[in-house]
Amino acid sequence: MQTADLLPLVLVLAAVAYGFAYMRSRAVAAPLGGIRNLKALPAYYAARAALWCAIPALIILGTWAAFEGKVIQDVVMASLPAELAPQSAGHASLTLSQISNLAAGKLDPAMVPDGISGAAALLQELREQSSRFKALLVILIAVLGGAFAWTRVAPHINARKSVERTLQRLFFVCAAVAILTTIGIVFSVIFETVRFFGKVPMSEFLFGTSWSPQTALRADQIGSEGAFGIIPLFTGTLMISAIALLIAVPVGLLSAVYLSEYASRPVRAVVKPLLEMLAGVPTVVYGFFAALTVAPFIRDLALMLGLEASSQSALAAGLVMGIMIIPFVSSLSDDVINAVPRALRDGSLALGATQSETMKNVIFPAALPGIMGGILLAASRAIGETMIVVMAAGLAANLTANPLDSVTTVTVQIVTLLTGDQEFDSAKTLAAFALGMMLFIVTLLLNVIALKVVRKYREQYD
Amino acid sequence: MSAISSTMNPTAIKESDMPEADPKKAPIERPADTVIEEGKTVGVPLSDDPKFQLRNVEVFYGETPAIKNISLDIARNEVIAFIGPSGCGKSTFLRCLNRMNDSIDSCRIKGSLQLDGQDIYDSKRDVVELRARVGMVFQKPNPFPKSIYDNVAYGPRIHGLANRKSDLDDIVENSLRKAGLWNEAKDRLDAMATGMSGGQQQRLCIARAIAVSPEVVLMDEPCSALDPIATARIEELIAELSESYTIVIVTHSMQQAARVSNRTAYFHLGHLVEVNDTSKVFTMPEHELTESYITGRFG
Repeated sequence: MQTADLLPLVLVLAAVAYGFAYMRSRAVAAPLGGIRNLKALPAYYAARAALWCAIPALIILGTWAAFEGKVIQDVVMASLPAELAPQSAGHASLTLSQISNLAAGKLDPAMVPDGISGAAALLQELREQSSRFKALLVILIAVLGGAFAWTRVAPHINARKSVERTLQRLFFVCAAVAILTTIGIVFSVIFETVRFFGKVPMSEFLFGTSWSPQTALRADQIGSEGAFGIIPLFTGTLMISAIALLIAVPVGLLSAVYLSEYASRPVRAVVKPLLEMLAGVPTVVYGFFAALTVAPFIRDLALMLGLEASSQSALAAGLVMGIMIIPFVSSLSDDVINAVPRALRDGSLALGATQSETMKNVIFPAALPGIMGGILLAASRAIGETMIVVMAAGLAANLTANPLDSVTTVTVQIVTLLTGDQEFDSAKTLAAFALGMMLFIVTLLLNVIALKVVRKYREQYD
Repeated sequence: MSAISSTMNPTAIKESDMPEADPKKAPIERPADTVIEEGKTVGVPLSDDPKFQLRNVEVFYGETPAIKNISLDIARNEVIAFIGPSGCGKSTFLRCLNRMNDSIDSCRIKGSLQLDGQDIYDSKRDVVELRARVGMVFQKPNPFPKSIYDNVAYGPRIHGLANRKSDLDDIVENSLRKAGLWNEAKDRLDAMATGMSGGQQQRLCIARAIAVSPEVVLMDEPCSALDPIATARIEELIAELSESYTIVIVTHSMQQAARVSNRTAYFHLGHLVEVNDTSKVFTMPEHELTESYITGRFG
């Protein structure tokens, strides 16, 4: 039996254990005068039986599945006759794939030496054995665990506590998975970044004003010496993000004010979901909207005004990105404005302030930290956005302050560096990791600031 | 008589219409023949020198009537207390006086409400001006999350009452003095108002309300969130303020109504049952419901 078949089987066994324990707990309770005389409700005894059945079996299954391949491989390789024993790592993996292909019947046995076909037979046999043992062991453990818990259904045993404890651990494991993944990502980026800084000095990377990551493939090539200065990329990112925020903050904020303070309930019920739908549009769709509609329009407009403009511009990307992040600002601001206690509103209105005076003088200052949080969230979103920029702002790493020029951003460069066939030890490829690291640091800082601000806001009233 | 009341026929609410009380709890004693006649108020609801003239006022939340045909005068510079069991409409009625019910979409108001002979609910009426003349103090102290100074200066600033910083300083000082908070607050005018004690916050809210020189101050259970000492302080303050302002106070404490008010109005299920001099209400109430309430038999 394969691991994939065992998994549902274990779950079925757990369900059976649940049912049996449930019935037994009721049976135990009946002569005592009902389930109130048990230490815990029948569902807890049943859940404990299911957990006892499933968890040890799943742990065994997981461990076995994790090590089975490696152990079998080692045994098979060790069984090879001395003349076939691999000399190098490359040779070993070649031999191994020969063996497994032969075992799978993809290779003609006549084409390989006898030793190899012997090993293939051994591999086949070991696999079958392992699979048999695994299935047997897992089922045995599951049944034993369930049976043990079944015998422990007794009025004086409190199943509630152990179920609670187990669930608590389960939640901890789930939280740990998320955290460990984050740590794993960070470390994989850090290692590659360190390798990159071994090839390109950090000062050149941080303060260089030219970005052209094409490195020479052959020593005699000319004109393709790589330049790894991130300043053009960061100015491009900053310019596009700034344009986006310039659009999103006023529009988002004022629409939040309108929605929370002025809109009647039916209007709000329609407008708010519509506005939030903007966040649901895939960024690719925004991207071609920017590239096909907005960018040519801006170019034509600029040409009409006698300005020089490229057909891909920071302005186009920024504008569309601004529209994209409006819901981040408006939705969060709306929530924060609504969270300002009604008493403050009433207090201001009762003093004869108009609605807009109340908004400006009382609600806005009280909600400001929360609004800032929303804006910073929108900003990290803008900095991390890729698709729109790829399509609408271009790939040219220009160091410019003209929003009608085409620029590029950190994320876009990461995409171009890592798409296609890559050798993972050239400075060009490793640069992507260094860029990712920089981006990570910047957005992390923004998030930390946002969190701090939000926390401060919580202390504001009440 | 409105169409609603004629179809539902609640012109008389009889004891027998009320849901039966749980026999285990203390029985709600009420004379079986007690009848509230809609629009009829015993005692002295009218005045020779009215600040507010309120005639046939009805308030609905959606289709539910909250105030049923109430007529009442509030005299110039009197302190009038609204008492009655929870849900009897006294706060709703109070909030009609400076149109604080406007922000509730489902709320409809009928009848004539006049302040100094001018209709409060006239469509041409400037709500801002009305609220500047009729200030309000709420049940829970609600200082703005600003400094003490800015809280008091808030109203004068939006109404442009001070031309210079020194004028504003004077208004703030005077208001805080009148609210009996100056000595406690003068050294920390820049401190956050939300850091003060509940009683101080409520006095700050009173100072904030009187900083715009209103003619009337509405108080909606101003002491219900305060301890007895802070309550006594506020009651003293009400007595002092009554010299220059008309005060309408909603309260659940009958002792408080007896201590601070000239007249007392008893509300019951949206009806105004009785209005009389406070001493009379608490010594020899004319209506049986009033008597039951003040003697603590229900409510």
